[in-house]
Amino acid sequence: MTEHDRNAAAYWSANLRLIIGSLIVWALVSYGFGILLRPMLSGITVGGTDIGFWFAQQGSILTFIVLIFFYAWRMNKLDEEFGLSEE
Amino acid sequence: MSQFAINLIFVGGSFALYIAIAIWARAGSTKEFYVAGGGVHPVMNGMATAADWMSAASFISMAGLIAAGGYANSTYLMGWTGGYVLLAMLLAPYLRKFGKFTVPEFIGDRFYSKNARFVAVACLIIASVTYVIGQMTGAGVAFSRFLEVESNTGLIIAGVIVFLYAVMGGMKGITYTQVAQYVVLIIAYTIPAVFISLQLTGNFLPPLGLFSDHIESGVPLLQKLDMVVRDLGFVDYTADVDNKLNMVLFTLSLMIGTAGLPHVIIRFFTVPKVSDARWSAGWALVFIALLYLTAPAVASMARLNLLTTIYPAGPTADAIEYAERPDWIKNWEQTGLIKFEDKNNDGRIQLYNDSAAFKATADERGWNGNELTVNNDILVLANPEIANLPGWVVGLIAAGGLAAALSTAAGLLLAISSAISHDLIKGSINPNISEKGELLAARISMAVAILVATWLGMNPPGFAAQVVALAFGIAAASIFPALMMGIFSKRVNNKGAIAGMLAGLLSTVIYIFLFLGWFFIPGTAMLANTPDNWLFGISPLSFGAVGAMINFIVAFAVSSATEAPPARIQELVESVRYPKGAGSATGH
Repeated sequence: MTEHDRNAAAYWSANLRLIIGSLIVWALVSYGFGILLRPMLSGITVGGTDIGFWFAQQGSILTFIVLIFFYAWRMNKLDEEFGLSEE
Repeated sequence: MSQFAINLIFVGGSFALYIAIAIWARAGSTKEFYVAGGGVHPVMNGMATAADWMSAASFISMAGLIAAGGYANSTYLMGWTGGYVLLAMLLAPYLRKFGKFTVPEFIGDRFYSKNARFVAVACLIIASVTYVIGQMTGAGVAFSRFLEVESNTGLIIAGVIVFLYAVMGGMKGITYTQVAQYVVLIIAYTIPAVFISLQLTGNFLPPLGLFSDHIESGVPLLQKLDMVVRDLGFVDYTADVDNKLNMVLFTLSLMIGTAGLPHVIIRFFTVPKVSDARWSAGWALVFIALLYLTAPAVASMARLNLLTTIYPAGPTADAIEYAERPDWIKNWEQTGLIKFEDKNNDGRIQLYNDSAAFKATADERGWNGNELTVNNDILVLANPEIANLPGWVVGLIAAGGLAAALSTAAGLLLAISSAISHDLIKGSINPNISEKGELLAARISMAVAILVATWLGMNPPGFAAQVVALAFGIAAASIFPALMMGIFSKRVNNKGAIAGMLAGLLSTVIYIFLFLGWFFIPGTAMLANTPDNWLFGISPLSFGAVGAMINFIVAFAVSSATEAPPARIQELVESVRYPKGAGSATGH
């Protein structure tokens, strides 16, 4: 395995870790807080309803936006660190 | 000035703008026609993607669905936005790095198989054609209500407009018109919502108004709504759902279906760099969220407004007299989308949930069945009238609804025509076709696709709601898994990919047809479409996620039993994973 290959492999596994971490949050806010865990969280109220309802109709969408920008920002830094960016 | 004249000014003005853009942004090469030259700024591409993605279903139908279903229909909100997370992390940057013009082209190259490319083309065309029918009929409805023309005349006008900018400008013309259409549709959607939020909650931001206090009663808006619907026998607006498995799978189907829709994916081929594709997905979701955060507020407020109109003195007092109904009910009665039948002959409009549990209360109040049926689709379009907003807001809504329908139709038509001219003609029938010849072929297939879409819009197969489920099911079960495995696995080979796509596609399509009729022909359904008959309580609309899992399993199983892909394919997979060395998209 050459130096270049090792570098590329490290870059790819860093990307995979980042994706897995992001998708755990993605699933937690929508399938978790928004659907499956809603009954458990019913004690926490937001604006006249429970937090599960808020996540299902608003919180999950806001989290998705943050996730994508976070991913884009981290990946662009990784591209540079590993010397794999386009220019 | 009459309402008709106002509508004409708004719709005509927006159309003039689209045509002006079409003349300015003509495509001179296949690269301009397929990927707008590959130099679109990521924020601008985000805006175009938002218009491309948000269809008549998002603009017209979604708030109505949420209003009717309350919490249970939050699935649309999460499902149609969460797909962008998948797109940004699992598909868009790598497909941009691959740097070709179409989605089937990646599948054909990565799985080194013309057959794989054909299967992908077939999935793309079925998904996109079924989806485009809904857009054309949506445009027809908007025309007939606001411009008082025959629905068919409206469809022809819509077809001609799309023809002008899509055939002349290809992706380049479509991109810039979509940016304009986004601006029109988002203004049209938010302005009435701001007014209504101010009226009901005093908060001018609808997403905050949704969680604020209702001014008149002093209790939180959602609690007020729960109380009103409960008094009329409906399920609480915020009530939880019993069948959580189905809710999860439906949301998942919408998410992976969104990420697998070719007309959305090809938008990311138009940006200059891999990093731009990542940013662009984020911007797309920001622009989409402006509508998707407003929609749940519109839904709850419109439902409350509707019930307050019918029961001016509260849901426990008498309903409004039919003779005194507001003008907007009269207007929409003419379209047949609101129907009234005085079942107990008291001259009043009783709107309630005609269920067994509520029968005792209904009998006590002298009610003899629900008397008003309101089509969900009119909610957004009638919103300004329900809230007594000025006439120009109504004109704006008309232009916005048409912008949403036309922008999505154009994106779908481009995906279809590029699959025909680039994947079928250039990729298979005549590989030596010249650049000029291919551009002409692309324009002709676009023109034919528009004719077919317009004809189908005039003669809708009568299953408008189901076809969208089919489009998402196919995208989720066939295209998304093939693309993802092509990037994240070096081991999946040609046989595995084809077997996986076919297994995912067939299982999903058959499950849908079992409950909704073979090819949606009425009367051919083999099982009644009720939760008792569904496999593990999974509705046909939610099956795309299951089909996707079948696709993954079959593809891995077949691949591991057969030979590994050749070294050059493994190198191709390596190359799409690293941004370095990405040129702009090419056809070679």
